[in-house]
Amino acid sequence: MSYDVLVIGGGPAGLSAAINVRARGRQVLVVSNPLEENPLWRAEEVDNYLGLPGRSGAEMLTAMRRHAEQSGAEFLTGKVLSALQMQDAWYVSVGPEMYNARAVVLAAGVARGRKFPGEAELLGRGVSYCATCDGMLYRGRPVAVVGYSDTARQEAEFLQKIGCSVTYFDRPRRCEIQGMDRVTSITCDGRTVPVEGVFILRPTMAPTEIFPGLAVEQGYVTVDRRMATNLPGLFAAGDCTGGPLQVSKAVGEGLIAGQSAAAWAAAQERGARQA
Amino acid sequence: MAIKHFKTAEFDAAVAAAPLAMVDFWADWCGPCKMLSPVIESIGSQYEGKVLVGKVNVDEEPELARRFGVMNIPTVVFLKNGQEFDRKVGVMPPQAFTAVLDANL
Repeated sequence: MSYDVLVIGGGPAGLSAAINVRARGRQVLVVSNPLEENPLWRAEEVDNYLGLPGRSGAEMLTAMRRHAEQSGAEFLTGKVLSALQMQDAWYVSVGPEMYNARAVVLAAGVARGRKFPGEAELLGRGVSYCATCDGMLYRGRPVAVVGYSDTARQEAEFLQKIGCSVTYFDRPRRCEIQGMDRVTSITCDGRTVPVEGVFILRPTMAPTEIFPGLAVEQGYVTVDRRMATNLPGLFAAGDCTGGPLQVSKAVGEGLIAGQSAAAWAAAQERGARQA
Repeated sequence: MAIKHFKTAEFDAAVAAAPLAMVDFWADWCGPCKMLSPVIESIGSQYEGKVLVGKVNVDEEPELARRFGVMNIPTVVFLKNGQEFDRKVGVMPPQAFTAVLDANL
C-alpha cells in the first residue's frame, strides 16, 4: 500500500508528525507498538507540559492518539523490521507486509539495551529479530525467545504453534549467546538452555538496523533544523534524535518533521508529474 | 526473464555451470523478502549474461535451505561454480550485492 508519509512510532513525536502531515492534506500511516507499550504510558504524572500540568502519561497519550485519529491518520500495530529506498519511494516492511511512502518520519523513541555478546556475531546463524519471517525455518527445533514487550509473548506463541519448542525469557537483564558458526545455547541471568535459534524481540529496533547508512552521533540520529537526516526523504523526531527526552520537545520536533515530510512528498509528486 | 526460480533437482547442475551465481532464499510469509525482491530482479537484468541470478522458495525447497544452513530470510548466497564464497543476510541496498558481484566478475 502507498502513502505520502509513513511514520515509525506512535508516541508524541510520531503522532504530532502525523497530525501535521494531515494538516497538509496528505495521506499518512503510523506504524507503532500498542499505545500501552509506550514508556510514557507508565508515567504517573507529567508536570512540565506547558499549560497542561498534572496529567498522567496514559491520559496524554490517549488524547494525542485520539487527536491523530480524528485528523484522518491511519494506524497499524506492528514493528518495522527494515526499510529500503528505491528511486521513487521508501519501502518499509512490517511483519509479513510491505508498505511504501514518498517520505518517512522516524519517531521510534530510544532503542534501549545494548546488543548481547554473541548477538551480532551469530545474526543469520541462529539469531533473528523476526519470528514471522524466520520461524518456519526452526520447525521442530528448540528456540529461545528473549522478550521485552507484551507483543513478544504473542510471537512466542506463534513459534510454539508452528512447532518450535520455545523457552521464553521475560525481560532478562543479561544474556549471552553461545556458538561458533551456529547458535548452540543461550544463557540469560545465569540460566543456560541449549537452543538452535534465538529470537530477540525488543520494543524498537536500533535506527541503524532499520536504515543502513543512517548518520548517528552517540546513538542518536543526526538531524538538521528541518529534522532531515542524511538519507533523502527520511526525517526524524523525538527521543531518537537525543535529549531532553521530554514530551514538549518530541511534539515540537514531530511538527517540524511532519511538515518537512509533507513538503518532501509534494515535491516528489511534482517531480513525478513532470517526468 | 532474468530471474531463475530454482527447484532442488536442477539447482546443483545450474550453479556448478555458472562462473558466478547469486541466489536469494525467500518465502511468501516474509515482508523483508518482498522488499528485497525488486532489488534482486533489477540486479538480474543488470547482470544478464554475466551472472546467474536466481531465487529459492524455502517453503517449496526446504532441502536446499537446510543444506545451505539458511536460518534467516532473506539470505542471498554468492557462488562460484557451485561453491559458496559469500552471503548477505537481511535487506540491504542494491550496492551491497553489486559490490560483491563486481569484485568477482
